[in-house]
Amino acid sequence: MIEFQNVSKSYHGKAVIENLSLHLEKGKITVIIGSSGSGKSTTLKMINRLEEHNAGKILFAGEEIASIPVEQLRCRMGYAIQSNGLFPHWSVAENIACVPNLLKWDKQKIARRVDELLEVLDLSPEQYRDRMPHQLSGGQQQRVGVARAMAADPEILLMDEPFGALDPVTRASMQKEVRRIHRLYGKTILVITHDIDEALYLADHLILMDKGAIVQQGAPMEILTQPANDFVRDFIGRSDIGLKMLSLQTVESHMVPGEYRAGCGVISSDIALNEALSRFISEQSDVLNVTGADDVHLGLVTFSGLLKIPALQSQMGRGA
Amino acid sequence: MSTQAIKARANQAIWLFLGLLVAFSVGMPHLETVFHALFPKLARPVYLQTSFVDLLFSHIWLVVVSSVISVLIGVGVALFVTRPAGVAFRPLVETVVAICQTFPPVAVLAIAAPLIGMGSSPALIALVLYGLLPVVQSSIAGLTSVNPAVLEAAKGLGMSPFDRLRRVELPLALPVILAGIRISVTINIGTAAIASSVGAKTLGTPIIIGLSGFNTAYVIQGAIVVGLLAITTDMLFELLQQRLERSVNNTEKN
Ligand SMILES: Nc1ncnc2c1ncn2[C@@H]1O[C@H](COP(=O)(O)OP(=O)(O)OP(=O)(O)O)[C@@H](O)[C@H]1O
Ligand SMILES: [Mg+2]
Repeated sequence: MIEFQNVSKSYHGKAVIENLSLHLEKGKITVIIGSSGSGKSTTLKMINRLEEHNAGKILFAGEEIASIPVEQLRCRMGYAIQSNGLFPHWSVAENIACVPNLLKWDKQKIARRVDELLEVLDLSPEQYRDRMPHQLSGGQQQRVGVARAMAADPEILLMDEPFGALDPVTRASMQKEVRRIHRLYGKTILVITHDIDEALYLADHLILMDKGAIVQQGAPMEILTQPANDFVRDFIGRSDIGLKMLSLQTVESHMVPGEYRAGCGVISSDIALNEALSRFISEQSDVLNVTGADDVHLGLVTFSGLLKIPALQSQMGRGA
Repeated sequence: MSTQAIKARANQAIWLFLGLLVAFSVGMPHLETVFHALFPKLARPVYLQTSFVDLLFSHIWLVVVSSVISVLIGVGVALFVTRPAGVAFRPLVETVVAICQTFPPVAVLAIAAPLIGMGSSPALIALVLYGLLPVVQSSIAGLTSVNPAVLEAAKGLGMSPFDRLRRVELPLALPVILAGIRISVTINIGTAAIASSVGAKTLGTPIIIGLSGFNTAYVIQGAIVVGLLAITTDMLFELLQQRLERSVNNTEKN
């Protein structure tokens, strides 16, 4: 969907991005993570030409972005930012309708789309449509920001630290929301974040940046199990790599199907394994019964079963 | 609730002052007995050469014309120096504005009159120049106070520069710009009175004549009507700003 070929960018002669090549796969969530000032935002803004690159090529759906009229290019891309940037003088509906209005959609189609997005983002249209941004909580504002970015069904969603300003609970629920939206629409999404847990949770493809260059990229599990160097190891957190690995997998994949142990706790099959581990400890038990949707019993998961994660074993083999 | 009550009372006050303004302008000749009692030594204690209604209208006309020109030029200049193409000129404009504001209006009139002659034109020029400054200042302040995140979002969503200006920047800057226009107009109501010293027909005419002819009654009459006009206008702006606040409601929260 997006292809960087040897892209460089400098501000006032100082190189910020150097010879960057990367590929954002269609229909996947790519997450860029890196320390402050590593060039993440610059990378994202070069895609919608809020910043122009100085060298190399950036392709969007096979076309060089410089050849697409800039406003047209931006209307084909959704853009959501950390401080949401909602238009304070427009209602929620008017904010969401921004790009469809620019594209001159017909009024009824816009109204339907606004309501649909409000539903998807868990804001009841009747209640929120006509509110002004300042009448919303931070999390709700952020939702509207995301809805606005998605309004005209863009080919790619660009999100620069979209949840950076939210409290941990709201943040977690927004991350879930993004995952859900992704399942629903199969959009290509680029997310930038500081937060390794957010990155691991969201990413199909994870890119670690430092000083304007890519340090390592790959599937989250791959980066956890095979960190390229000490920078990566420090970044993903040496002490709790194991927990992070568990967080990438669900109970379902480690379940012993069909078995049942009386008197043991119950855990849902879609829970992440780090949470399962926590349950084993807090319940002082080494077995949990697993239920699926509608509380149907599926099998059980054992404490020692958690160790049998192929990824974990290879990690121990590396002796990190 | 109490602020609402205060606002309601303020709205009533506008009608009061508007009524007083009309009453004094129309009814000044009828106050002859009052002024005669106050200033028994004066042969003609009420200014009658021109009617106060006439003076009021030419005063308002001068202020309106000069203010419209000031606003057009002032907002235009502010727009220019807040666009990428004009940013380089912003420090210059701000310095010039700051310096100009230290000139007293009388000095501008004194310079303009010999150059252009007597009458309304030097007055108009002085008023435009003097009224320009608050408009430029507030417009620059208003346009630059718009939350950069909002502007970045507007840009990133694909709005053209013109759309961003018309639909985002100007509406958000409007309350601050309006505050500047309010100052500008209020100053110009006062300055227009002084402008009668170069021959413009305004509510300052009886004041100037009264000052030079030792007729304190004329000075008071002119001053009362100018004062009422200034207060009424200021209240109208207050009302306008309240309306705007209510409809725009741009209390930013982030
Ligand atoms: N407009 C600009 N002019 C000059 N330098 C800039 C500009 N924008 C960014 N930079 C520099 O470019 C580098 C990369 O900035 P960028 O905003 O891409 O970092 P980032 O990875 O997004 O950081 P953060 O995590 O803090 O948001 C930084 O060193 C920054 O100082
Ligand atoms: Mg950034």
